Amino acid sequence: MRAWLLTRLLSAAWVVLGVASLVFLLIHLVPGDPVEMMLGESAAAADRQALRETLGLERPLLAQWLGFLGGALRGDLGQSLYNQQPVTALLLEHLPATVELAAAALLVTLLVALPLGVLAALRRGSGWDTGAMGFSLLGVSIPNFWLGPLLVLLFSLWLGWLPVSGRDGIASVILPALTLGTGLAAVLSRMVRSSLLEVLGEDFIRTARAKGLAPLTVTLRHGLGNALLPVLTLLGLQLGALLGGAVVTETVFNWPGIGLLTIEAIQRRDYPVVQGCVLLIALGYVAVNLLTDLLYARADPRVRLGGGA
Amino acid sequence: MRRLLPALLVVAGWALLALLVGRLPLEPDRIDLERILLSPLAAGGLGFDDLGRPVLDRVLTGARTSFLVAFGVVALSAVPGVLAGSLAGYLGGRLDAGMVLVMDVFLAFPGILLAIALAGLLGPGIDNLVLALATVGWVGYARLARAQVLSLRQREHVVAARALGSRAPRILLRHLLPLMSAPLVVEATFGIAGVVIAEAGLSFLGLGVQPPEASWGSMIRDGVRYLLVAPHLVLAPGAALFAVVLAVNLLGDALRDRLDVRSGARERRTAA
Repeated sequence: MRAWLLTRLLSAAWVVLGVASLVFLLIHLVPGDPVEMMLGESAAAADRQALRETLGLERPLLAQWLGFLGGALRGDLGQSLYNQQPVTALLLEHLPATVELAAAALLVTLLVALPLGVLAALRRGSGWDTGAMGFSLLGVSIPNFWLGPLLVLLFSLWLGWLPVSGRDGIASVILPALTLGTGLAAVLSRMVRSSLLEVLGEDFIRTARAKGLAPLTVTLRHGLGNALLPVLTLLGLQLGALLGGAVVTETVFNWPGIGLLTIEAIQRRDYPVVQGCVLLIALGYVAVNLLTDLLYARADPRVRLGGGA
Repeated sequence: MRRLLPALLVVAGWALLALLVGRLPLEPDRIDLERILLSPLAAGGLGFDDLGRPVLDRVLTGARTSFLVAFGVVALSAVPGVLAGSLAGYLGGRLDAGMVLVMDVFLAFPGILLAIALAGLLGPGIDNLVLALATVGWVGYARLARAQVLSLRQREHVVAARALGSRAPRILLRHLLPLMSAPLVVEATFGIAGVVIAEAGLSFLGLGVQPPEASWGSMIRDGVRYLLVAPHLVLAPGAALFAVVLAVNLLGDALRDRLDVRSGARERRTAA
């Protein structure tokens, strides 16, 4: 277990280093002079020089890279070019909104996907199954920048039940969470169904039934309990799609989180803030996946003892 | 097969439109100030947008944008991706370890986040959009190709070819690629659906296709402001987008079943 843990942590550390380096390189990989792109072609030479010095672009690339990594370790990601605030402060200010949205979307996902997947698996081949899988197909095919406006049209403009946009009270999170959660629920319900179907065909299920356990106990404890393991991994992976999708969803609903900050920073050519946002979201994703892997290993001894995952 | 007919028709119509749209008498940029924001009921067709341009013409022209971007991106990401992934898987060693790290780093950026950042830094425009999506897209193909090569490289016919002195490029091309093609085709099909959504998404965020060029994503972006007075501006391009993505996904599902490609879910489970 300890060797497995060490390997896993080490590979995560490498990935974190790679992610930070790629984010650092983003500005330099793009063709053209980053300063010119930020200020526009008509900027005065003195302004360009000043910005160059602020960003440290005069230094050798290696020194800049080490400076960026060192700063990131200390929680210093530079300053916003737009309002001179520290990037870290901006991120912290916008983080709660995104976490709230992601948590609400996750709740929507689980509330939809678990019952739907279980129902589809238990009533395999029936109308329930067809309906659930039809929903799944629709859910993965509908882009959230279309679903969002549709929900606004229906629930905010026509029915007048919920606010159109912004973050003001519990009611305002409902539509963004539905928008963001639908795609994930679609993927997950399919996964719950196939995983549960597979587990229900195993020998230990037959044994559990044969020794006279109640059907509900067999399905939920022995079936779902085991079926949820692969679902957990998928959930971790898909949480990334959720975080990425949050950028679009936050823009649709004017939700003041990291995603909206990213888009605003791109529009203002505020590159240090763009870098900070991308870095934060990617690191959050790496952390979530590390966490799901650890949970998985805890729940399933085959992973940590078998050597490979 | 009959169940797939609607999906096939949608995809065929999409492709046909993309190829023929230049020859049709469409006027996606014609401004008619008398008809600003007129609904389909009042004006016929699909109504008019906030500048008085015909929505139907713009939706049809938008088909070309999404088609060109989708196939461009899938080609530009599948070819280098398969090449890099299969080489790494076949040659193994340090090259493979390095490739795995690179792939893991790219995969650590969730969804279209990296594409958003890249497109934002590269600046607007359809070329930059394709470049940004391909830069992110190759990883999926590389990962799949690598996994396939790893599971196939010890097959007897590959070992035999190696014993006969065939070099790596020949083995990859003649002995491995044909066996990998089924899962790759399925992946590329779903990839097309993904890119169509991604293109529209980036254009929705204002990072893709620039005005006056018609894209379903930017049409939705512009239409959202008039949601209450002119919902058709959002409904029409969104419905076209949704229909294409749904049809491609349906075809992808059917292909997967027909080619008997084990789903990722199964593979993950057996691997664990």
